[in-house]
Amino acid sequence: MPDGSVGQAVKRREDRRFLTGKGRYVDDIHRPGELTAVFVRSPHAHATVKSVHIDAAMASPGVIDVFVGADMEQDSIGSLPCGWTVTDRHGEPHKSPPHFPLVRDKARYVGDHIAVVLAETLEQARDGAELVEVDYDELPANVEIVKAVGGPPLHEEAPDNLCYDWVLGDEAAVDEAFAKAHHITKLDLVNNRLIPNPMEPRAAIAEYDGGLDSYTLWSTSQNPHLLRLILSAFVTGIPETKLRIIAPDIGGGFGSKIYCYAEETVCLWASKRVGRPVRWTSDRSESFLADAHGRDHVTHVELAMNETGEFIGLKVATRANMGAYLSSFASSIPTYFYATLLAGQYRTPAIFCNVKAVFTNTAPVDAYRGAGRSEATYPLERIVEVAARELGMDPAEIRRKNFIRPDQFPYNTPVALTYDIGNYEASLDEAMRMINYRGFSGRKAESQARGKLRGIGFSAYIEACGIAPSSVVGSLGAGVGMWETAQVRFNATGTVSVLTGSHAHGQGHETTFSQIVSDTLGVPMENVEIVHGDTGQIPMAMGTYGSRSLAVGGSAIMRACGKIIDKGKKIAAHLLEASVEDIEFKDGNFTVAGTDRSKSMAEVAFTAYVPHNYPEDLEPGLDETAFYDPLNFTYPAGTHICEVEIDPETGVTEILDWVAVDDFGKVINPLIVEGQVHGGVAQGVGQAMLEHGIYDSGSGQLLTGSYMDYCMPRADDLPSFKVGMIETACAHNPLGVKGCGEVGAIAAPPALINAITDALGIMHLEMPATPEKVWRLAQTAAAE
Amino acid sequence: MHDFGYHRPTTLADAAAALESAEDGKLMAGGQTMIPTLKQRLAQPSDIVDLGAVEALTGIREEGGALAIGAMTTHAEVAASDLVKARIPALANLAGGIGDPQVRHRGTIGGSIANNDPAADYPAGCVGLGATIHTGKRQIAADDFFTGLFETALEENEIVTAVSFPLPGQAAYAKFPNPASRYAIVGVMVAQTGDSVRVAVTGAGPCVFRDRAIEAALSSNFSASAVGTSSADESALNSDIHASAEYRKHLIGVMAKRAVAAAGG
Amino acid sequence: MPTVTMTVNERQVSGEVEGRTLLVQFLREHLNLTGTHVGCDTSQCGACVVHLNGDSVKSCTILAVQANGGKVTTIEGLASGDALHPMQEAFHEHHGLQCGFCTPGMVMSAVDLLSKNAKPSEKEIREWLEGNICRCTGYHNIVNAISHAAQQGDAA
Repeated sequence: MPDGSVGQAVKRREDRRFLTGKGRYVDDIHRPGELTAVFVRSPHAHATVKSVHIDAAMASPGVIDVFVGADMEQDSIGSLPCGWTVTDRHGEPHKSPPHFPLVRDKARYVGDHIAVVLAETLEQARDGAELVEVDYDELPANVEIVKAVGGPPLHEEAPDNLCYDWVLGDEAAVDEAFAKAHHITKLDLVNNRLIPNPMEPRAAIAEYDGGLDSYTLWSTSQNPHLLRLILSAFVTGIPETKLRIIAPDIGGGFGSKIYCYAEETVCLWASKRVGRPVRWTSDRSESFLADAHGRDHVTHVELAMNETGEFIGLKVATRANMGAYLSSFASSIPTYFYATLLAGQYRTPAIFCNVKAVFTNTAPVDAYRGAGRSEATYPLERIVEVAARELGMDPAEIRRKNFIRPDQFPYNTPVALTYDIGNYEASLDEAMRMINYRGFSGRKAESQARGKLRGIGFSAYIEACGIAPSSVVGSLGAGVGMWETAQVRFNATGTVSVLTGSHAHGQGHETTFSQIVSDTLGVPMENVEIVHGDTGQIPMAMGTYGSRSLAVGGSAIMRACGKIIDKGKKIAAHLLEASVEDIEFKDGNFTVAGTDRSKSMAEVAFTAYVPHNYPEDLEPGLDETAFYDPLNFTYPAGTHICEVEIDPETGVTEILDWVAVDDFGKVINPLIVEGQVHGGVAQGVGQAMLEHGIYDSGSGQLLTGSYMDYCMPRADDLPSFKVGMIETACAHNPLGVKGCGEVGAIAAPPALINAITDALGIMHLEMPATPEKVWRLAQTAAAE
Repeated sequence: MHDFGYHRPTTLADAAAALESAEDGKLMAGGQTMIPTLKQRLAQPSDIVDLGAVEALTGIREEGGALAIGAMTTHAEVAASDLVKARIPALANLAGGIGDPQVRHRGTIGGSIANNDPAADYPAGCVGLGATIHTGKRQIAADDFFTGLFETALEENEIVTAVSFPLPGQAAYAKFPNPASRYAIVGVMVAQTGDSVRVAVTGAGPCVFRDRAIEAALSSNFSASAVGTSSADESALNSDIHASAEYRKHLIGVMAKRAVAAAGG
Repeated sequence: MPTVTMTVNERQVSGEVEGRTLLVQFLREHLNLTGTHVGCDTSQCGACVVHLNGDSVKSCTILAVQANGGKVTTIEGLASGDALHPMQEAFHEHHGLQCGFCTPGMVMSAVDLLSKNAKPSEKEIREWLEGNICRCTGYHNIVNAISHAAQQGDAA
């Protein structure tokens, strides 16, 4: 019988193992005879590596081997590729300099990989690593985005440090709009560098089987198949048939575990070279240095308006930091995941964006929760707010006036997207109701009476996720397709194994996907097992990023279920001696239409595997694979409003209230969806108030290299959140769903900065809004 | 971390002996600073002498108008002690705000003051309350104990045994924590006993110090409105990515004011 | 090498360790109790929180030799048989976990809170969690779970 659980707040099936300490993360796994790897990392931001002396390390107790870049070169191990080629404004491909897992000539950021020490134990490997002597010729460091072009060059392939100079939109139309504008608002802003910090540090264990000449790699990966593809096709040459990648329980990713990293590549290669399994687990300090970072833009934005406050043109110029090398998808983030979102929820008819991506002596920058879309929403929702203040308009009303209206969908934006559906006014209205917007002035006065400054901030965001139609991303330079796979396999006894290419690292797929399968096939949830994270079991797949698991992975599961039902009808028709066209499937039963004659799904499954009485022309078995390539992105949108109170004496900002009203289309499990909103908002609050990856501009040392200096949001930094939802079902996937994982991180930063600047009565301050910054501005505001 | 010899004496004499005989021995109290330091390989002692089993270093007693707190008393014990809460609530409050609950269950007053981290809370507590530090061989006034950045008056192998705090008239501690590490960016202990007012500041400079200007202001009028501004020399204050010297100096005044208000002034 | 003996989850265990072996290493590598995690190296994230002699502590900041003779409870020792501890049940009920990595430390910390403060306010819960970092949940449902566990009683 079906659970009827779709739409219900079903408690998570995966919780029990995590709550009892039985989760199985990469570092929990051990292989017989394993060695532990420790990396020798560059202490310099930019330096020529003249020589590496390994003799002392090799003589250290327990050390088995030490390798450098030349050893990998000898074995023809290639460069870690960037999988997305951006074409610049002159039609040239972006600059993609080599990125070797162990450096061959220069160290290009603090933490860059110079050598690896393999030893019997972790401490012995550390002892050995201390004994590796590296002769460096220090070079001047190139750290700041705005000074990168023309600064000390990192790569021969990009002598001016420019990766690309890229444009999107109709520049002439924008110029025309600005020429006739009634009012133009301008703003300069910085999107601060973030360090993702999933709580589980990255880890890898590689094991080579000499008999089979094959490898197994356990990796903290969000997308084991994609990692296999990159390692096989571009880096190691190991055939995909000889490389199995297992990504077991993974402790959070937020983008940072999408990429193909140096460490796992080195472990994989070294496992054959030394003939023993090689394990590596990152220290948190190493995570700070060598995980891909996020954001890091400097942007100038201008908004042109007519007499009534309608937006008529938007112009954006951004410099985006790529770091020292191009990470796996780095180039696409400040382009196709950024500029395409600059229309937001608005009808702005002309938009032009120019992005210059630069190399610097800092860790590579790639997608981090909200990637690109968060960077787009911030300047847009900030400049709309500033425009409202300059024009003396209510922040809600300026937005409402410019919203794309429900009757205008599908809506083609001037920045290449087609929004399928939405109702922006509905979420704005609901958010205003939930926060009691009308009561704000009274609350502000009450704060003022206590010597505090109260502010309110709006963020009406949209994002494009559920990536992505393969033909679209292919035409834009992606090196891969972005479909997803699912295999729905009935066992003879009626249980169902669902093999999905999506990977869960906190998102609760085992529950959500089970709900879908249970409802669709009419089998109890406990009979459904979700299998993910193993290239040895699951057909070729693409993995989890860009809020795609349900919209794309879930749709693939729906497709496979559809095939199961189609085949089941044929089997049932045979058993019931009816024609296939007359068989209806509902609630787990195949029924001859208009009769009470039926066969259950379990009976049909059993028959499929014990086909004693079976259609002649039908294969036995009930096991269907489907691939789903989405027709479009999904476009979750909504309004977040937050209210803050500032203590002008210290500059401390307290978040008093947070309302999130989002449109995720159909919601399969509201408990899980709300949890995704909470977590996303927390990361957005982190960006706006707390987190900042800072490199010293002279030395290129990372100044925020641990939790002592990089400020992670804690429980007492955050309020309880009020989450509301409105629903316009996605028009183009079978579930009617939209992605939900990233919206909080996209919506939150401008909401908070809008609230803080409202409280202070100023136009702008840079993120993160630390107490000292706020205090200084509060002093200035008080003095005026 | 590098390996070391581990010793767990049960008496002070044995602890001293173990330390004397070690090539480069280090005392460990609660280990909440030492173990992270060792993990980062920033120190490489030959031997660790763990004071965790020395009974004589524990306990909180009231004697002669003062509270004597054994060096190995944890922050959690001080924070939860009915005696401390009754006699010097400011001290219980300070201890209850150090680190996080798990650190408070292990970290000790003796370890904290011997380490003298510039952003630790206890140095302000000791100096502000005019405490006396007892060691195996002598007594040192808190004013003389904290001598500089991670520096104290302790001689080599000298072991802190207890800290005694005279009971103040009114006192309170106010801290502005570093949002990341939660150590003090500025922490101020204010105490008034009779005519005397002491104002000790941690976090703002390389070492705890008394703010004489605020002390003078409060001596004539022990009220929040009288605090005024700090006399600290801004050029001698800490400045980092979290807070400039100017902001720290400002916060000294604000925290002092809040401490005075909390103390009932 | 020193030998340590301690009671872990009500079972007496012994092992040879180095002086530098951390309690968390002893638990994970010697006893295969891998529910206790390591998420940082500066004693801040709290993924490694266990109970030692009745108090929550960071097992990454205690030497195994320091716990010699002690009584340790890890996340694996919290449930009785198949019955989850009320705090584990509350985290499940209120979706107080996502990726699960911080969860063992979070639960152990929460249990200790209620043993010391049976009816904490929301503010007290949030303050107590200062030493436990979660990157997934925004803490909302963790705080909810602990509040509900406190209201139910017997979760200490």
